[in-house]
Amino acid sequence: MDFTYTETQDMIRDTLARFLSDTYGFETRQKFIDSEVGRDPAIWTALAQDLGMLGASFAEEHGGLGGGALENAIIMEELGKVIAIEPYLPTVVIAGGALKAVSGAQADAMIPEIIAGNAIVAFAYAEPQGRYDLANLKTTAKKDGAGWVLNGHKGVVYAAPWATHLLVTARTGGNQRDRDGVSLFLIDAKLPGIVRRDYPTVDGNRASEIYFENVAIPGDALLGGEGTGLSLIEQIVDEATVAVCAEATGVMQKLHEGTLEYTQQRKQFGVPIAKFQVLQHRMVDMFMEVEQARSMTIMGTLKLDLPETERMAAVSAAKNKVARGAKFVGQNAIQTHGGIGITQELAIGHYFKRATLIEGLFGSADYHMDRYERLALAD
Amino acid sequence: MDMEFSPEDLAFQQEVRSFIAENYPAELRGKQDEGDELTKEDFLSWHRILHKKGWVAPAWPVEYGGTGWTPTQRFIFSEETARADCIRLMPFGLSMVGPVIYTFGTPEQKAHFLPRILSGEDWWCQGYSEPGSGSDLASLRTAAVRDGDDYIVNGQKTWTTMAQHADWGFFLVRTDKEAKQQEGISFLLIDMKSPGITVRPIITLGGEHEVNEVFLEDVRVPQSQRVYEENKGWTCAKFLLAHERTGIAGVAASKRGVERVKAIARTELDGDQPLLANAFFKRKVAELEIDLTALEFTELRGLAGPNAGKGPGPESSLLKIKGSEIQQRLTELTLEAVGHYGAPYFRGFGEGDNEHPIGPDYAHRAAPTYFNMRKTTIYGGSNEIQRNIIAKMVLGL
Repeated sequence: MDFTYTETQDMIRDTLARFLSDTYGFETRQKFIDSEVGRDPAIWTALAQDLGMLGASFAEEHGGLGGGALENAIIMEELGKVIAIEPYLPTVVIAGGALKAVSGAQADAMIPEIIAGNAIVAFAYAEPQGRYDLANLKTTAKKDGAGWVLNGHKGVVYAAPWATHLLVTARTGGNQRDRDGVSLFLIDAKLPGIVRRDYPTVDGNRASEIYFENVAIPGDALLGGEGTGLSLIEQIVDEATVAVCAEATGVMQKLHEGTLEYTQQRKQFGVPIAKFQVLQHRMVDMFMEVEQARSMTIMGTLKLDLPETERMAAVSAAKNKVARGAKFVGQNAIQTHGGIGITQELAIGHYFKRATLIEGLFGSADYHMDRYERLALAD
Repeated sequence: MDMEFSPEDLAFQQEVRSFIAENYPAELRGKQDEGDELTKEDFLSWHRILHKKGWVAPAWPVEYGGTGWTPTQRFIFSEETARADCIRLMPFGLSMVGPVIYTFGTPEQKAHFLPRILSGEDWWCQGYSEPGSGSDLASLRTAAVRDGDDYIVNGQKTWTTMAQHADWGFFLVRTDKEAKQQEGISFLLIDMKSPGITVRPIITLGGEHEVNEVFLEDVRVPQSQRVYEENKGWTCAKFLLAHERTGIAGVAASKRGVERVKAIARTELDGDQPLLANAFFKRKVAELEIDLTALEFTELRGLAGPNAGKGPGPESSLLKIKGSEIQQRLTELTLEAVGHYGAPYFRGFGEGDNEHPIGPDYAHRAAPTYFNMRKTTIYGGSNEIQRNIIAKMVLGL
């Protein structure tokens, strides 16, 4: 047993942390968000080309550093600490994860583009009626000669306004909620018939509603088997889920540190409010949630390679615990700050907003509790 | 002991319901429910309608323009207006400075200010908190120095709700720097158009402009605008804080909130079923309903129990704590219910922009409202302070 990081992993963390502390101050981030595009593309390019960060979790044969899920977790946690709005999750963790899983010509062609920072992929999976059920799909892909024709509506597709490619889940057979008949496609984001409505999200990201109107896609856009894609989709969403747990750990750590710092500066009744025992105990409880979030993230990450049932139970346990912790830490950080916590002026409120959206990302605490019960407590 | 309304009360309830049905402006219906930002005119239009009817200040003594209703009738009235989602009346004039003026003010102050509060002619704001004085309000430093018949006021206030609309503000200022904290404070009425006043917006987490910073630089205020004696302003402040807490439980509004969450959860799908059929979600709604019932009956016991009519005591801290927690849980459940569509940020309709917001109507303010309502456990005396009050005043610790 060994819960220490390798030298390379420590180096990845340190390099990224240094880069982000130079480039991603709170006010700079605010400028990115308020800009027309909603981000600074130079950051992504630097992450790829100057730091080689986008290759950390890919194999050396594709030009990567040979890492995997742990490297993704390290990077996501650091991105969480500055509430970065970079499309690392959909591009590297999700699309990268799918490509690594299917391997072959598609991976050989696309992964180097991701590593180089040329490709940004958005993950178009959620539908208005589907809540967190990955198989609940109305979007269809119908066979048409060698290719397919795509129709449907995907909701809240993060990073879609910036994307060069879309990773799309669609039904190639079966009924709306069947496990069978689900397929995964990686397509060019600019194909004719793709209509986007872009908007900001409450946590400072950008997203889109995407409408596919008779979009002709080539045959080689299919990742994995036709109609048997759900297992692959579940796998990459599990990988994404522990990655957002890692991000949440970074966010929660900052919420806790910010609260500690504030209560030692803020004086009322003649003393720093950190002297009040009721606040001390609250901050101790927050600290314990941060530590457990970190533990559960590591647990979930290390169990991603286990057989499906064990993997899913572990990921659900992690997400449930982290979602509850994120709510507790976020709400108490705001409460302890008092009025200043609910303004846009301090970073703390922005961390709270991200923590809140992470709670529901890839399934709420309840969704994952339910999945955990079904998998781990079934007799 | 019984929990039924008398026939007279039931008739009164019917009268209120009919009045609202016939007079509440159609264009305001549903606006508050969806969490839309409300304009000054939105607030004032309902205020004026109630004023015309003579119902705008039920708690005031009849001689100053109150209704003479019993506490139960007042309860029915607030319950019915909340049930119908009538826009809440701004408390700063009607529930705060108004009662201070008719209790402590001079005849001239009463004659001038009270009718204008009732009519809505003057919009009031509250100058209490300062950057360094929140929970520890008595440490406030904004100072008023005598200059002939006037005071010259200098300092800074913060969290001043709706100051951007205000004609007048009531301010706590320090008039004696040597006295013990609470004893050197005076209560001043200040014209917000006075030279030297600057109002700067504070934008809160949901993107709203509700609160402001107010800077006072050599603001000249006639001594005739001081309420009660010099250095006795804390008496007014304490009196007002008790008033501020009545009704803060927000039972009727929360009941409406529960119905709204249920309606959303009946519409939202969880697989083939409505979300409300999901055992986890249903459990949380049930727990909330039960907690709300406990709060309601605690409030009713205060209203019609042995201590009825004695004014709000420290027990009102319980209503504030539990009421604000329930309000927050409602916004949590709403955000949870709307799933993915909590994420899109709807900035409100711009000029000439009538593009439909992303997702269902009930979703587009779910997250901003959740963020914004974190204020309820902070304002009006934070819940930590309320617990201190109970510990000290009720438990004698």
